[in-house]
Amino acid sequence: MQATEMSIFAKVKPQAPLLSVKGLSKRYGTRIGCTDVAFDLWPGEVLGIVGESGSGKSTLLSCLAGHLAPDTGEVVFATASGPRDTLRMTEPERRRLARTDWAFVHQNPRDGLRMGVTAGGNVGERLMAVGARNYGSIRDAATDWLGRVEIDASRIDDRPSAFSGGMQQRLQIARNLVTGPRLVFMDEPTGGLDVSVQARLLDLLRGLVREMGLSAIIVTHDLAVVRLLADRLMVMKSGHVVEQGLTDQVLDDPQHAYTQLLVSSVLQV
Amino acid sequence: MIEIENLSKSFTLHNQGGAVIPVMQGAQLSVGRGECVALVGASGAGKSTLMRMVWGNYLAASGSIRVGGVDLVTAAPRDILALRRETLGYVSQFLRVVPRVPTVDVVAEPLLTLGTPLAEARARAETLLARLNIPRRLWSLSPTTFSGGEQQRVNIARGFVHPYPALLLDEPTASLDAANREVVLTLIEEAKSRGAAIIGIFHDESARARLCDRLVDVTGFTPGAAA
Repeated sequence: MQATEMSIFAKVKPQAPLLSVKGLSKRYGTRIGCTDVAFDLWPGEVLGIVGESGSGKSTLLSCLAGHLAPDTGEVVFATASGPRDTLRMTEPERRRLARTDWAFVHQNPRDGLRMGVTAGGNVGERLMAVGARNYGSIRDAATDWLGRVEIDASRIDDRPSAFSGGMQQRLQIARNLVTGPRLVFMDEPTGGLDVSVQARLLDLLRGLVREMGLSAIIVTHDLAVVRLLADRLMVMKSGHVVEQGLTDQVLDDPQHAYTQLLVSSVLQV
Repeated sequence: MIEIENLSKSFTLHNQGGAVIPVMQGAQLSVGRGECVALVGASGAGKSTLMRMVWGNYLAASGSIRVGGVDLVTAAPRDILALRRETLGYVSQFLRVVPRVPTVDVVAEPLLTLGTPLAEARARAETLLARLNIPRRLWSLSPTTFSGGEQQRVNIARGFVHPYPALLLDEPTASLDAANREVVLTLIEEAKSRGAAIIGIFHDESARARLCDRLVDVTGFTPGAAA
C-alpha cells in the first residue's frame, strides 16, 4: 500500500530545508506588496500564511511559486541535483519545476482546471506533460486519483463544468498531486466551499500530506483551517510578516498587536 | 526527563492599552522517569499556563524548559514538532479534530505520523478504545458528536496510543464515571511503570493521592507572592 511505502521515508529526519526564502520583496510602484520575507520550509511541513485581504499573502505566494517576479530576494529550492535559486532559473527550467516537483492549487478551481477537458483528461494531462504516453496506464492513474479524492470513477469522462464546486476543487487537487510533487502551493483551497465539503477536503489534505510526505504552503484567512492543517503559521499585515511560529503558539499566545486582534475577532460557533 | 528552571511569563495585551501582566516568575520543577508530579493551586494560579509552556503553545519570557534534552524556550518550531511527535504527549481537556474523521483514525493518527503502518496503528487504537469502553459501533464515527466523557476518553486514547517518554495530563479524569476513571488511572500507572515522566493537573484528590509522587503548588511561582 502507498501509506506503508511512504512511512519508511517518514522516519528519515531531513537534514536540509526544502525551500529557503530570504529577503523577498515585491512593490507595486510605491505600494508594498510584500517586504523582506524570510523563512525555511522543511520536508513534510505545512506552513500557513494568514492575514486580511490586501495584507500581501497572495502576492507572497505568487512570488514564491514563480507566477510573479519579486524585486529582490531569493527562493532556494532543494532540487534533485542540489539547492537552486528558482528566481535565477531559466523559464524552461522553472516551467519544468512547476510540472514536476511543484504544484499550485488555485482558490477558484476554474483557474487550475481545463474546463473543456474531461475529469480523466485533466488528471492525465499533467502526467503526459512529464512524459507519460501509455493511454492505459494514464487512465489507470487518473482513475486511482479520482478515487483518492472521492470522485466516483463513473464521472471520469464528464467535464468539470458538470461538477459541483467541491468536486471541482478535489479534481484540481488530484490533477496537481498525480505527478507526486514535493511542494504544493495553495491559495485559499477551502474558500468558497460549504463547511461540510471543507471538512472533507481538510481530512483529504491531511492524509495526503502524511502519506506522501508533502510540504505545503497554504494561504488562507480562515484560522480554523490553519489550526487543523498547518504546523507553522506566518501572520501578514500590510506586506510585512508581523509574527511567525508554531501554529498553536501563534493562535494561543499571540505576541503582536495585530495577531491578538485577529485571534480575538474570531466568532465562536 | 522534564527540567524547568527559573521560568517566567507575562502577557502583553496590545489591544487593551498595552497592559503587561506578569503571571509567573522563578518557576522550578524537575520530573524524573517514572515520576508523576501534580500541579496544584487555586484556579487562576497558573497551572494551565505552566503546562502550556511545557507543551510549547505558550511562549516563556525567560528561563528554560528541557524535555528530553530539547529546550522549548529556545527550540525552533520544527524541533518542537519532532518532540511532540516522538517524546511529549498531551491529553488536553478539549478534543480538537477535523470533522468527519472516524474516531479510530483520530486515535491512530499519532502513530501514523511516526510512520507506523495503517493496519497496526488502527489495531492499537482499537485496543485502547475497547479498554476505555468506547462502544465499537462508535469507532467509525467522528467523535465531534460524542458526549463529554466519551470525547475525553478519545483524547486519552490519543495520548496513550504511543508510549511517550513524557506526558502532560490536564484533568484526565474530570468527566468520567467510576469504572472509566479506574481504567484511566490504571493507564497512568502503567505509563509510570514503563518510565514516563508525567506532569498532571488533577482536581480529583484521591486520584492525585494514588498517582502522584509530589505536589507542586504553582502559587509559589506567582510574581510578588513568592516573598
